Amino acid sequence: MNNVQEYIDIYDRNKELIKEPCAQLLNVAREKAYIKFKALGFPAKNDELYRNSDIVKQFDVDYGMNLGRIQTVVNPNDVFTCDVPNLNTRQEFIVNDSYYKTDKQNKTLPEGVVVGSLNEIAQSNSELLAPYYNSLAESGDSIAQFNTTFVQDGLVLYIHKGIEVKETIQLVTILNANIDIMSNRRILIILEENASANLLLCDHSSNEHKSLSTQITEIFLAKGAKLNLCEVEETSYSNTRLAQLFVNQQECSVFNHNNITLTNGFTRNGVYVMLEGKAAETDISGLVINDRKQHTDNHTLVDHKVGHCTSNELYKYILDEESTGVFSGKMLIRPDAQQTNSQQTNRNLCLTKCARMYAQPQLEIYADDVKCSHGSTVGQLDENALFYMQQRGIPIDEARHLLMYGFAGEVIERIPIEAIRDRLHMLVEKRFRGELNRCKGCSLCKQ
Amino acid sequence: MKKRNNNILKKIANKAYEYGFVSNIKTEIIESGLNENIIKLISKKKNEPEWMLEFRMQAYKYWLTQEMPTWPHLNIPPIDYQSISYYADPLKKSKEKQNKEIDPELMKAFDKLGIPLEERLALTNTAVDAVMDSVSVKTTFKEELKEKGIIFCSMSEAIQEYPDLVRKYLGTVVNYRDNFFAALNSAVFSDGSFVYIPKGVRCPMELSTYFRINAANTGQFERTLIVADDNSYVSYLEGCTAPMRDENQLHAAIVEIIVLDNAEVKYSTVQNWYPGDAQGRGGVYNFVTKRGDCRGINSKLSWTQVETGSAITWKYPGCILRGDNSQGEFYSVALTNNFQQADTGTKMIHLGKNTRSTIISKGISAGKSQNSYRGLVRVSKNADNARNYSQCDSLLLGSKCGAHTFPYMDIHNNSAVIEHEATTSKISEDQLFYCNQRGIGTEEAIGLIVNGYAKEVLNKLPMEFAIEAQKLLSVSLEGSVG
Repeated sequence: MNNVQEYIDIYDRNKELIKEPCAQLLNVAREKAYIKFKALGFPAKNDELYRNSDIVKQFDVDYGMNLGRIQTVVNPNDVFTCDVPNLNTRQEFIVNDSYYKTDKQNKTLPEGVVVGSLNEIAQSNSELLAPYYNSLAESGDSIAQFNTTFVQDGLVLYIHKGIEVKETIQLVTILNANIDIMSNRRILIILEENASANLLLCDHSSNEHKSLSTQITEIFLAKGAKLNLCEVEETSYSNTRLAQLFVNQQECSVFNHNNITLTNGFTRNGVYVMLEGKAAETDISGLVINDRKQHTDNHTLVDHKVGHCTSNELYKYILDEESTGVFSGKMLIRPDAQQTNSQQTNRNLCLTKCARMYAQPQLEIYADDVKCSHGSTVGQLDENALFYMQQRGIPIDEARHLLMYGFAGEVIERIPIEAIRDRLHMLVEKRFRGELNRCKGCSLCKQ
Repeated sequence: MKKRNNNILKKIANKAYEYGFVSNIKTEIIESGLNENIIKLISKKKNEPEWMLEFRMQAYKYWLTQEMPTWPHLNIPPIDYQSISYYADPLKKSKEKQNKEIDPELMKAFDKLGIPLEERLALTNTAVDAVMDSVSVKTTFKEELKEKGIIFCSMSEAIQEYPDLVRKYLGTVVNYRDNFFAALNSAVFSDGSFVYIPKGVRCPMELSTYFRINAANTGQFERTLIVADDNSYVSYLEGCTAPMRDENQLHAAIVEIIVLDNAEVKYSTVQNWYPGDAQGRGGVYNFVTKRGDCRGINSKLSWTQVETGSAITWKYPGCILRGDNSQGEFYSVALTNNFQQADTGTKMIHLGKNTRSTIISKGISAGKSQNSYRGLVRVSKNADNARNYSQCDSLLLGSKCGAHTFPYMDIHNNSAVIEHEATTSKISEDQLFYCNQRGIGTEEAIGLIVNGYAKEVLNKLPMEFAIEAQKLLSVSLEGSVG
């Protein structure tokens, strides 16, 4: 409980400092979240939902928090070169925990699209965000409450009715500091009726200092809205990422989520999808490639509140060396959610004796007219396939790569945007070869 | 048509539980409550050696420090452990008379249950240990078994007559610290069966224990210990029933099985405790810890269970696959109706090399019941070439019930091959229509389909049990569809 008290003290001492630069909207939610966090504390190890991920330990490090909003000085030409070849993107940046304006945001977006700093928009146009901000994360666990207590900025994407944004919007979050640092950031995405967007989130950290980031994303998809969201984590071995994604889907909305973890330290991703409107579709998938002592925990909950919805889930893990993978996914079919079609698949490759996999695919079903299934496997590369390839002159290492590449490919193929798919194929291949475990475009990583 | 079906089904449902009678047997029940004196009293009544009392006290002290776990997917009303009587002895009367004759009422009770205590029915080729409330009433075919060196007797007798064997194995598979109910059971357990199969002996008949709760306001806390020495084989059956009462009764048992080199144990259960009425009143809380330890190389343990009774079932028969090449199997049909709740499954702990386990679980939920499968497959670091296959299917009959699957897979070895799959569905309209077309009524068709669905598991039961289980399935189900 000690480090919980530490953060409670930090908040008590710096309450005014934290609140001062922030919009009223953030501060009101902050007070409520603080009370909840105080009561909950960090999830303990005997918490069934955090059974295999020790969160308390992650907060043991004495991280610096930028509560006074000191602007980080970065050289934009050095830092913001993360782009995807053959893809026209509009780039947005969050450096540490603040939204960062650059001249790179030159590409204009259609009218009716609001994108920018959460704090600024909450100040200038609070009525727009008031019905949404923290309305999903409010009922979240202590990590969500912690984030709401300390968050000061983030990104807003608001798309008005009927607008289809063709261009991919890319959000790059960068942790860049010369001390051990913690950043709490927030992403709020609202798509009104029949709006659609593609979003690419790249999570980077730049140095070998210890870092911890909490990221809460709230997504609201109104009737007929469509969102493709692709998240790529390429941080460092000394990074801790605690991310939670809350999605609220109305009638006929479509949500497609891919979460690719290529390089990380300790990661816990929570995905909570609420299907509140009929005929909504959700497709969530994840790929984890871990080695050394990396730890990746994906926790998902798809809550079918109404009938006639479809959900599809695929998570794949490749675990090398002493890495740990955790997958716990739950499909919750509520009593009135008849005619639900729900599928969950989890496949895992353990490459060494020391790699560990914990899998918990769960079904909780209260309606009878449903089609639900889940499957989970843990195994190794197929000996016969390896032998077959060797017979045909492919060296064993190459054959192994090919098989792993094919295994990972299934997740990447689910990304709807071709340029991102190509990019990820390339990154995954490089990751396997151990040549480069960072994205090439990011000059930060070149250092 | 549907309405008419419902009426027929309702009629059958009302007569579903046929073991709900109460026998008028003079029973000695000790005062309710749980404290050190009660434990001393139980120990004294059973004339136990000092080490047994120590064993109980240790467990009791640990139990006091524990709280009832809240993780299962069950809604358990608070249990007042002080209002339960922990010892009820239906043999009191005969003991007073100083002869070994069993109360004719008691004989009648077991006859009514279809468990003849006289050995005249050798036809069934099954030796029975009959346990009512806290005491083993009689064990049949004891002498015949003794000729082969097989020990089959009640636990109390075993503690008196084979203390070394009991002391060597008791509590080595399920430690009193294992869980809340294991601690409680270790403190207050009253009777149960003890089986020892010596080296190289193949048990010539099925061994069976029949548990019956009769007295009101009591709990049943029995303990079964089975030891299969090298190269031996035994098939063991367990059955249970209880009277219909409006209050809930607690049954917290422990079953420990030790399987040594090349030995094989088959453990089958048909659990038919009183499930409560259609409004969810009454019924038995069945919180049981069952575990087998495959200590020897090439040992094999197979659990088969048909769970149709109990208001709340909470148990995970498990296998610790310690010996190299050992095998664990778990076959289960769990059926819940009305307001029944079940959170059941298995644990397969792979420790030795080349260990294999199979899990087949079929859940059927009807009425307003909740049926959960929860299973753990753990492959430890040194368990090379472990293999597991799990299949958990759920069938939903009715729109107000729930079927849930919570598998856990903890894999610490890269040579393991683990598969898990689960599906949930209802009986399809097509299947019913097909049967109807061929002149099979809806009700019968459902029975057919459910029996077919559960067949994979029922096939693993010994013959007599399989027939009983099949009947039980259709009886428990009827009235739930419509």
